[in-house]
Formats: sequence, C-alpha cells, structure tokens
Amino acid sequence: MHPRVDKRVIGYRRVDPQGQPRRLYEPYKSTVLRSPRRPLIHLPHTLSEVTGPMYGHNPIGESDNDLTRQHAGEPLGERIIVTGRVLDEDRRPLRNTLVEIWQANAAGRYFHVKDNHPAPLDPNFTGAGRAFTDDEGRYRFVTIKPGAYPWRNHHNAWRPAHIHFSLFGPALVTRLVTQMYFPGDPLFPFDPIFNSIRDERARERLISRFDMDTTQPEWALGFQFDIVLRGRDGTPFEENR
Amino acid sequence: MTPSQTVGPFFGFSLTANPLGQMAGPGATGEPVRLMVRVFDEEGAPIPDAIVELWQADASGKYEHPEDTQAQAPDPAFCGFGRMGTEETGTCVFHTIRPGRVPGVTEKKQAPHINVIVLARGMLDGLFTRIYFADDPANGEDDALALVPEDRRSTLLARQDPAQPGTWNFEIHLSGNRETVFFDL
Ligand SMILES: [Fe+2]
Repeated sequence: MHPRVDKRVIGYRRVDPQGQPRRLYEPYKSTVLRSPRRPLIHLPHTLSEVTGPMYGHNPIGESDNDLTRQHAGEPLGERIIVTGRVLDEDRRPLRNTLVEIWQANAAGRYFHVKDNHPAPLDPNFTGAGRAFTDDEGRYRFVTIKPGAYPWRNHHNAWRPAHIHFSLFGPALVTRLVTQMYFPGDPLFPFDPIFNSIRDERARERLISRFDMDTTQPEWALGFQFDIVLRGRDGTPFEENR
Repeated sequence: MTPSQTVGPFFGFSLTANPLGQMAGPGATGEPVRLMVRVFDEEGAPIPDAIVELWQADASGKYEHPEDTQAQAPDPAFCGFGRMGTEETGTCVFHTIRPGRVPGVTEKKQAPHINVIVLARGMLDGLFTRIYFADDPANGEDDALALVPEDRRSTLLARQDPAQPGTWNFEIHLSGNRETVFFDL
C-alpha cells in the first residue's frame, strides 16, 4: 500500500552471531531462565533505531576518568592506565561518545551492597568511572588492576580479572555492554561468560594488550583496549550529519 | 565488532547510581505517562537486578538526535533517554509522556512507541523490545507490529491501570509462555 521507502534512514550492519555470545549457554547457569526461546523478530531500521542517547546524561567530573583520585587517599593495588579507541566497523573513530566503566577493587570486591565476597573493601576505591572519547575516538582511564573473584555458578568458580564497559555510540543499535580482560589470565579456560562467545578470535578481542608505550616509568602499567561498535550499511547523506 | 558480555549483578554503584526515571520535566508537552515496567524470568519470578533503558521521541515525534532531520525543534523540557535498575519486585518506574508518531520505512508514520533495551545478570547480550500503548488507534497500521505474529502482539502493549489513570503497566518476560517479543535489530 505504501511501498515507497524512506531513503533518509541508512541502517546499521547486522551483527554476525559467530562473534557474539550465545544467549542461552547452559554452562553459565543464570542464562537458562533469562533467555528468550523464540526467534527474535527482524525489524528494518527506522529513525527509532538509528537515533539514540548519544550525548550521555551526566556531566563528567574532574576525577571521573581517574578512579585512583576519587577519595581522600590512594586505593591499594597495582595502578594501571587503560586506554584505547572507540571505532566503528569501518575503523572510523567515534568522537565524543560516553564510555562508562565499573570494576572490583584489587582484592576482587565490588563496592555494592549485594557483593558478599569476604574480601576487604577499600575505603579509597569505588570502582566507577566515565569518560568521553576525543577527536580520535580515544578514551583514557587511570585505575587499579581489579582482582579475580569467586561466584557461585559452579564449584570453585572464579571470574578472570575484568573491567566492565558500557557504551552507547551514535544509535540505539550501537549500544554495547561488555567486559575487558587482561592478557594471559589463567582463568580464561574455566570462565563460561568469556567462553560463551563462539568464535575464538572474537573472544580475543575482549583481551586488552599490555603496551610499553602506554606504561609510565615509576608510575603505572599501561593496557590498550580498542572497542569496535556496529558500522553503517552505507554512508549517511551529509545533510543528516 | 567487540562482542557483548553480561552487565553482571554489580552495576548499581555505577550505571544506575543516578537513576533517570524522570524523563518529562515539569513543562514537558504531551500526555503524562507513569510507566511501571516489570521484568520476569522464565518461571515468572521477578528479576531484581535488571537495567531497563528507554529511548523515545517527544510528543511531536522528534528524537533529540542529529539524524532526526524533521523541521520541529525537540521539546527542551523532555529527555528521550531513561535508565533505571529494577527493585526486588522486578519493577522500575519512569515518568514520561506518550511519544508522537515518528517516520517509518513507508509513507505511514509509526504508532507511538518507546524503544527498550533490557540488560541483566544471566543475559550475555542485551535485548531490544518496544512498548506500544494499548488504546492507540495507530497500532493497527504500524509496520513493526505488523511483522509480529498476531497472537504475540499483546506482549508489546502497555495497559493503563483502570484504578490509577495515567499509570501504565508493561511486563517484560525474558522467557516462558508469556515471553515478550524481542527484536533483531
Ligand atoms: Fe564483574
């Protein structure tokens, strides 16, 4: 009846499921009651999907990207620098996009009422940070290396050390929540969350890279972690920018 | 692309430390909507550790985003983004307005809808759904609803609470016999 396609909306590329976790992955027990069983319904992208909350919502404070300076004293643990670029699938930098992180402290304990792991809280560490990317799509955090922590998924279950990341990108469909890991973690083969991703090369994209150039002498080790959000199906018209 | 991983249980001190349930400011244009969203698992148990994120147009059907090139200006008293963590009862509450109709893929505009992202421990990737308003006459000509099997469309409808006008209830069932329709976007 209304066949004329609104050409002003250029969609985003569809996601390759091989590069993503299985939603229902029995080794991660909580997925069993929390995963849809019916197929998702494919929708063409409209203005609703190619727009999104791209400007963030909280003003960024001075110490928001330095998690070691949010309290009176310095947190315990190994000080690290975590930096990288936020890009789309065509390797174009995503500028001025919000990156939020949260993590456990050096002892593997979260600043959260429901975390009852018997490891010490650190009065000088909350573990939450936010930053906007610069013109090259780069973000940078100073923090401490999080500890591994136990969880009750199976007998003797431990999460590899990780930092949680949340990004919006330019559109509803570019929303990404993920976790960054550290190179060489001996817990990788045992972690069902990490191993829920089908493709090994995709799993490796979640492992940060130790970088001597980012490392600062007498001060902190540096890790690089680039994040790639979904790319466009075509080039948006200039007037839509 | 960077793969997704679960938001986990411990986001509260970071992502929802400043909850954004108040999307409509005092001067916002449009029909006020107090939206109660409840999230349930396959057995119908409430999920107390989910994040519900909303993204919607203002009352005129305008998204506050550079790719929305419609002529009208966005309502300055309205924020199209909302984010809340669920409580023990699986519930979170947003104060918003009924959005206007936004352009779709054909000449017809879409029925008023709110775009939803659900995240939780036990979900390795977020899920997208949409909230429509049960009484809206435009639902019958909405292109996205038309793609949903008829017997499942009701899972996308928020219903007004007859005892509390202006309060709308929307249930998200991640699985089970009342499983909500989720979209592959
Ligand atoms: Fe974690």
